[in-house]
Amino acid sequence: MLELCIGHRQGSFDVDVDIMAPGQGVTALFGHSGSGKTTLLRMLAGLDRPDRGHIALNNRTFVDTERRIFVPPHQRRLGVVFQEARLFPHYRVRSNLTYARRITGGAAFDRVVDLLGIESLLARMPGALSGGETRRVAIGRALLAEPEMLLMDEPLTGLDGARKQELLDYIVRLTREIDLPILFVSHDPEELMAIAEQLVVLDRGQVIASDRLETLLSRSDLNPWLGGFEASTLLTARVLRHDPAWHATRLTLGDGQRLTLPLLDSGEAQDVRVRVRRRDVAIALSHQGDSSFRNQLDAVIEALSPGAPGTLDVTLVVGEQRLFSRITLEAAEALGLRPGLAVVALIRSVSLAG
Amino acid sequence: MLTPLEIEALRISLQVSGTALLIILVPGIAMAWLLARHEFFGKSLLDGLVHLPLVLPPVVVGYLLLVVMGRRGIVGGWLYEHLGLSLPFTWQGAALAGGVMAFPLLVRAVRLSLEAVDPRLEAAARTLGASRLRVFFTITLPLAVPGLVTGAVLAFARALSEFGATITFASNIPGETRTLPLALYSLIQTPGMEDAAARLCVVSIVVAMASLVASEWLARRTRRRMAGRDRGES
Repeated sequence: MLELCIGHRQGSFDVDVDIMAPGQGVTALFGHSGSGKTTLLRMLAGLDRPDRGHIALNNRTFVDTERRIFVPPHQRRLGVVFQEARLFPHYRVRSNLTYARRITGGAAFDRVVDLLGIESLLARMPGALSGGETRRVAIGRALLAEPEMLLMDEPLTGLDGARKQELLDYIVRLTREIDLPILFVSHDPEELMAIAEQLVVLDRGQVIASDRLETLLSRSDLNPWLGGFEASTLLTARVLRHDPAWHATRLTLGDGQRLTLPLLDSGEAQDVRVRVRRRDVAIALSHQGDSSFRNQLDAVIEALSPGAPGTLDVTLVVGEQRLFSRITLEAAEALGLRPGLAVVALIRSVSLAG
Repeated sequence: MLTPLEIEALRISLQVSGTALLIILVPGIAMAWLLARHEFFGKSLLDGLVHLPLVLPPVVVGYLLLVVMGRRGIVGGWLYEHLGLSLPFTWQGAALAGGVMAFPLLVRAVRLSLEAVDPRLEAAARTLGASRLRVFFTITLPLAVPGLVTGAVLAFARALSEFGATITFASNIPGETRTLPLALYSLIQTPGMEDAAARLCVVSIVVAMASLVASEWLARRTRRRMAGRDRGES
């Protein structure tokens, strides 16, 4: 459990937050630049002192201004991946990786090196690395410090599209294979959709909302902040099999319903997160045999709420997961939609999140 | 090639300047670090004091050294009484005079290069479990090495060329404190020794040039290493 309860004067506004985040999985601090998210990360890492408040991780107090406790950064055992990587230019990659001296060789070292694909870089100097390579080494260096939590401060900023996607894939792999809580600071919805589980929305030093990503995405009152997320749903599904002939991958949802995606390269029986945009979900009262919608899921209407003028936001339950749809008021009226009604969700397109 | 007199002056010069550098190296780095990375009351005063030898006439520095470090001086008296050490009129005294004169040059160069070290790298090292001390010795100091080399060479050259403070504090004793500049001065004072003086002048120029070339080579080597061009590809 991570507790961040901080009051701090910063520039033109006050940072005033009280955040409780689970001590596992990926928690994202989301906000525009200047929202105070990097300040929070720096305070957690011990690089800045808050005016007042307390910070604790798994019941270890790092800061408590009332009890005058301040644990210096080198005793906190947190791995920090900075925006600019900050590799030490006078050490080779290998020495950068082992700087923390917790893991300097053996199977654990090989595993991290292998996970990040940096084996061929070990003998190089940081000055001779590309942007993406630099970031990967920085992540490896933080991991080899055996931290209790990994803090990432916009680790993808400044990379071009392809490099960014590549590094994002590495980070997603990391979250699956290494059991380590991660605090991920970002202002980019795309990144967060791919990896965040828990989301804290910050604006001018205040917490606007803090909850599971799926839950927050369904709240239309957060549109001013989460607009960039293109109101959508995340579904967790398992890869059933690949059909290269149709260039398709078949997935199964928790309740056994099938979903088809354009061919993925993930392994079979692996869990993946898929994204369904709200405007890509239509509603019918029965399965449509003669339509081009290949993804049709049985669902039950949970709630209806007014959306933009003339539209209705529909919350559907599919198995144990929620799915959102936006339809016109007129259509809702014609179909007689009401909570509790069994319907069929017609999904135009599904994509892999991340 | 060199006369015994020239060899002796050269030896004393190198010995005195080398010792001067050794004396001020650690205090110089510490002072540079203090001035580069800390804010405290009286900082500008300390900064001024450090730079004083640069602007004072060297004879004044030599005189002050006599007052403080002489046998009846505050520090010198204690040294003589308890350790039987007497610095005036010895080559160690000449080294002290050279060191004091060279101190500001060393501090300036090291301070500039310490200020150029990215504090964000130091912060990164702290998050990786390194104490302040370890950060200083593994990150800050190594990254400041180019400036440190430049500063050390400047300080060495300054001690090598030291005249006023040395002759005041350590006098001009053949075989003990007669360094190259003092030997040259003595030769100029002696009628009929113009040729010998010219030869000594050439020796001084060669030594100074050699140290500059050495510093340039060292600095370039360090820069190349950090740019990753040195055995970088594998």
